[in-house]
Amino acid sequence: MRNFPLPWSTTAQGGAVHADEVRIRTPWVLLMALAVSLLGLAHAPSTLAQDAEAVVLLEALDVDDYAAKGEAIDAIVSSDDERARDWLQALLDGRLQRTDDGRFVVVLDNRGRDWPVENALTGEALGEMSRRELERIGINNALRNQLRSALAVVDLYSPDLERRRASAERLLGEVDDDLSGPLAEVIEEATDDRVRERLSLALAIHRLEQGELEAVAELEGSLHPEVRVALNRAAQGDDPVLATSAGEALRGIEQTLKLNRAAETLYFGLSMGSVLVLAAIGLAITFGVMGVINMAHGELIMLGAYTTWAVQQLLPGQPGLALILSIPAGFLVSALAGVAIERGVIQFLKGRPLETLLATFGVSLILQQLVRTVISPQNRTVVTPEWMSGSLAVNDALSLTLNRMAVLGFALLVFVGLMLVMRRTRLGLEVRAVTQNRAMARSMGIRATRVDILTFALGSGVAGLAGVALSQLTNVGPNLGQNYIIDSFMVVVFGGVGNLWGTLVAGLSLGVINQVLEPWAGAVLAKIIVLVFIILFIQKRPRGLFPQKGRAAEG
Amino acid sequence: MQSRSWLLRPFSERSTQLFIGVLLAALALVTVLHLAVPAGHPLNVTAYTVNLFGKYLSYALLAVAVDLVWGYLGILSLGHGAFFALGGYAMGMYLMRQIGDRGTYGDPVLPDFMVFLNWESLPWYWQGFDMAWFAFAMVLLAPGALALVFGWLAFRSRVTGVYLSIITQAMTFALMLAFFRNEMGFGGNNGLTDFRDILGFSLRNDATRLGLFIATGVALALGYVICRAIVVSKLGRVCVATRDAEARTRFLGYRVERFQLFVFVISAMLAGVAGALYVPQVGIINPSEFEPIFSIEIVLWVALGGRATLYGAVIGAILVNYAKTVFTGVMPDAWLFALGALFVLVTVFLPRGVAGLLAYRFKRQRRSSDDTATPQEASA
Amino acid sequence: MITSQRKTHPSLWFAASLLSLGVASPALAQEDDPIKVGVLHSLSGTMAISETVLKDTVEMLIEQQNAEGGLLGRQLEAVVVDPASDWPLFAERARELLAQEEVDVIFGNWTSVSRKSVLPVVEELNGLLFYPVQYEGEESSENVFYTGAAPNQQSIPAVNYLHDQVGVERWVLAGTDYVFPRTTNRILSAYLQDEFGVAEEDIMVNYTPFGHSDWQNIVSDIRRFGSEGKKTAVVSTINGDANVPFYTELANQGVDAADIPVVAFSVGEQELTGIDTGPLVGHLAAWNYFMSVDTDANYDFIDAWIEYTDDEMAVTNDPMEAHYIGFNMWAEAARKAGTTDVDAVKDAIIGVTVPNLSGGYAAMMPNHHITKPVLIGEIQDNGQFDIVWQTPSTVAGDAWSDYLPGSRDLIADWRAPMRCGNFDVTEGSCGGSTAAEEAEAALAE
Repeated sequence: MRNFPLPWSTTAQGGAVHADEVRIRTPWVLLMALAVSLLGLAHAPSTLAQDAEAVVLLEALDVDDYAAKGEAIDAIVSSDDERARDWLQALLDGRLQRTDDGRFVVVLDNRGRDWPVENALTGEALGEMSRRELERIGINNALRNQLRSALAVVDLYSPDLERRRASAERLLGEVDDDLSGPLAEVIEEATDDRVRERLSLALAIHRLEQGELEAVAELEGSLHPEVRVALNRAAQGDDPVLATSAGEALRGIEQTLKLNRAAETLYFGLSMGSVLVLAAIGLAITFGVMGVINMAHGELIMLGAYTTWAVQQLLPGQPGLALILSIPAGFLVSALAGVAIERGVIQFLKGRPLETLLATFGVSLILQQLVRTVISPQNRTVVTPEWMSGSLAVNDALSLTLNRMAVLGFALLVFVGLMLVMRRTRLGLEVRAVTQNRAMARSMGIRATRVDILTFALGSGVAGLAGVALSQLTNVGPNLGQNYIIDSFMVVVFGGVGNLWGTLVAGLSLGVINQVLEPWAGAVLAKIIVLVFIILFIQKRPRGLFPQKGRAAEG
Repeated sequence: MQSRSWLLRPFSERSTQLFIGVLLAALALVTVLHLAVPAGHPLNVTAYTVNLFGKYLSYALLAVAVDLVWGYLGILSLGHGAFFALGGYAMGMYLMRQIGDRGTYGDPVLPDFMVFLNWESLPWYWQGFDMAWFAFAMVLLAPGALALVFGWLAFRSRVTGVYLSIITQAMTFALMLAFFRNEMGFGGNNGLTDFRDILGFSLRNDATRLGLFIATGVALALGYVICRAIVVSKLGRVCVATRDAEARTRFLGYRVERFQLFVFVISAMLAGVAGALYVPQVGIINPSEFEPIFSIEIVLWVALGGRATLYGAVIGAILVNYAKTVFTGVMPDAWLFALGALFVLVTVFLPRGVAGLLAYRFKRQRRSSDDTATPQEASA
Repeated sequence: MITSQRKTHPSLWFAASLLSLGVASPALAQEDDPIKVGVLHSLSGTMAISETVLKDTVEMLIEQQNAEGGLLGRQLEAVVVDPASDWPLFAERARELLAQEEVDVIFGNWTSVSRKSVLPVVEELNGLLFYPVQYEGEESSENVFYTGAAPNQQSIPAVNYLHDQVGVERWVLAGTDYVFPRTTNRILSAYLQDEFGVAEEDIMVNYTPFGHSDWQNIVSDIRRFGSEGKKTAVVSTINGDANVPFYTELANQGVDAADIPVVAFSVGEQELTGIDTGPLVGHLAAWNYFMSVDTDANYDFIDAWIEYTDDEMAVTNDPMEAHYIGFNMWAEAARKAGTTDVDAVKDAIIGVTVPNLSGGYAAMMPNHHITKPVLIGEIQDNGQFDIVWQTPSTVAGDAWSDYLPGSRDLIADWRAPMRCGNFDVTEGSCGGSTAAEEAEAALAE
């Protein structure tokens, strides 16, 4: 960062822009000026004259015509008002508004009916105002693009490396004649490889758009979508030489992309599979090990998801922390609900497994309606924390979504944890003993009732964990559970009842099969094919992928 | 002659006499109260109520079909809704074709939804449904054929217990997804609706509704007798033996899977008939009848009424659906609580269902013990 | 035809109406008996998520009306039933409302299939149904009033906006596999090809099942489809629950509204309450009302709603406004007719004009659809929409689309003497069977 030739390091002393930059036309010069004025130069006290100017600038924004608004934005950019960046940001966020009496304000929090606001000119807090008194200065997607590009150019000179990188990323495909000159200079002086590489690419795209044949060579091999957009345009363009070479470059890229797509499909499949595994693995315990057909399993998942929502409500503004706390909380809530179900219903149905299906179906109806009555029939918003949003770019064409990756990892962790509990702890030993021969286990001094409660609590708690994870992927609402219950049973049965490994393999493979089929069969047909496959598979192997051996299998 | 005596044999049973008697008396009573008592009189049974009863009776027939395989064969089918819906679709297709050119677009052959989705001509599987005899045959054949193929695959490879239950569920789930697809040509989510008449009688007419109600009642009586006849026959005894100890029955030399297949197909056909009677009375058939949840609900009716009694299934179906009607009207916000609690309480406290309660109340010495013996719980 | 017969054979008509049981004669109702208003919205099951607020809306409107002294000097009473998201149950409940409870009007339904299920019942028992949701069109019933948008009041203006203002050249039509998306997409495909000359390979159509939750492949396809050099937009008719995972996946795969905007026809404020809208800013929706509409009528409505629900964060949405308009139209028509008698209200309501919440007026057209403005809104981070465009004037709902071959020549006009829901202008005849024809048949008996 030290080595980066910052324009403001000179302007801070001299207050002037390099003379040779003056020849560059707008908006580049405007943006440079803005960059200069915005970065740490807020000494000048705002005078009345400036305020009058500022009001004129802002008033130009308050028009219905979006083209005029665009010009007004340019005007703000080219003014050297030090508040301009704040205004633009507020405009971008939809927080720049106007009161009934014509004052410009920035809304600080736009939830609910009354919003805290501050004066856009002076920054003075004005207390809360109702929506009735405020009118938003609206922007559309085109203006949003314009604003972002403007801010990106400014950020190119930011002292913050991340900002510079983001800005360089943003400028791909956005470079025009005005920008190309200064960009070349920035590339010369850039210290960060990534920034330099991105900006060079951006420049090459621009040169291709200008019809430069040599640019094709530079773009060859890049997987970035913007590159493909540019090459596609060139390939369909009027210049035959350029079109042929662009076409060739494209074909080369397509080859590489095929591999990427295969990897992407595999990831999609594993990700979908991990959701299935998470949803099913609790069932593998209650159903597979205890033989209880728990139709309320889906609702236990739902409880976990609602717990996440509740914890986030308790910790506003800290979704990440809340999510982490939800893991134990979701486990506990669902486990306790499980204990209640076990004690309240299932213990009376010992040895009548099919009847547990009926009773727990009743429980599931009650739990669903309970959520509808107590919380709301509407879906609840669960916020995804920053570190789980977006995706991890493996290369320019292949990026893995972070939330799904987190769920995949979480599913594997839960699986390993469960395996450890079942294999390495006393509880696991006792559970296995009770399942294999209840009477014998009891005569060995194992308290079977206690084991029942704990096992059911464990299975239910894991369902709660699934809920926490699902809250990051799908609706948190009263119907959440219903959507997963059937799939869960399929996975457990396909994998082989009573076998955790079976559940893992079954879930992941069903996910992959589904996602491989989807592109050519469509989502519905893929699902039907998978179901028919399961039916036929069960005919071939009536006890699933990994059948239980020994006497327990006859149970 | 032998077949006649085979079908008449159940009438020597007290329970069958009682059931058929009560059913016919109820049919007659409702008919009289509907036709003879003037509207507005407290004893008058309105057309709305007759229609409602008709629906309950078709559900009751469906429950009987489920009880036949669950109660006496030990197969917990979580996919009987599929057979019910297939019968319903067969009937629905007939009713659609009866609309003729009275549809919104006035196309003499294509149903509205096909015109709407730009279909050029009627797909092959819609051919013939304009003829009542063909459609009514399909009501039996379509579910029967599905049950035959599915059952043959499943029973041959000895899929049992929970595995069987889950794949029946997979079957109905897959069919639901398929019927939701508009490309299938069954009207997608909107299903088949806007029916006009059946066998020439207008469906928007109270007399037709009464007729359908009586027809459903008669079908239920017939279905009941057929099931009873199966149960008391030698075939039925093999079934019960299979239910209680499949391996032992096999070792005794019985080809268990053939018995299973036969009874399963009969049951599916009964369910199909129930669906066919249901559709003209409610006026719509759509893929939601294929929903696995619905199939589970049917099993719940049977459990609530009392498994392996047949008449218990009838009681359960009527009771639950009546409760649903009452509760969704009286306490719309809370009826799921009531329904859920009902299921829990009955399974926990009334393991033999309402029929068990009745049997306990009116315990009689001369109750035959062989066929009504309660099933030993088939384990999962 | 019917009217003339009514005049010449009053006794026959009376006999016919007796035949169709359950049509209570409101003239016989006691003066101080309350007017019964049926509410037919699912309060449990999958549709409860959308429909419960509509039940509350009707109850609130009734409460307000009663506070103002009721209607025709009588109080209003809501009869609420729960069809539990079960389509046959909708028909049963409708029959109960009309035949048993003898309600004067029904406000209800959300899904197309539930409307289709109820339709024969309402026609048979001659009831009134106000249907508040945007739908696929291709229907006009004598007994149903469609206060939601027809396709020409939502999707056509939306693609016009995208084409003219945003410069979209490639289109993804993604929807849930049921009749509303199917029809909308067929109309749009025809419209895009005819009007804008869009090539077939520039339109990608995709259908998913209800409640679809794994959007990875589809979003990835959309991304690829959109990176081939032409400005691309997604027109989404994805229904209800499938939207949250869809938008989550969009956001995570980095599909930005500025690159590939998604315009939705089934996502409103109510649906957004279940979504973290931060990453969705800029995606669009087309409706006839947004909660962010800046009019006093709207602010009053919102205040009343918040007070009624006792929830500071309660939101309003388009179908609620449709009920607001429908309820006021019905009340106005009853005042005009001086009775709540179904036939009288049916005739009186055509041409009735009431204020809507966006500062204009809604009029009931002869085809039982209403006039509505079309608004395009962009999602903001607070779960509201910012209105970026709107039609200069209101648009009248079209029962039969001009872009579908089967219905191009059909019109609906329920005024005397035509009284037809599907009049074929080329053949000059009323096609198919209608309620009117059935009544005629009943007379002939």
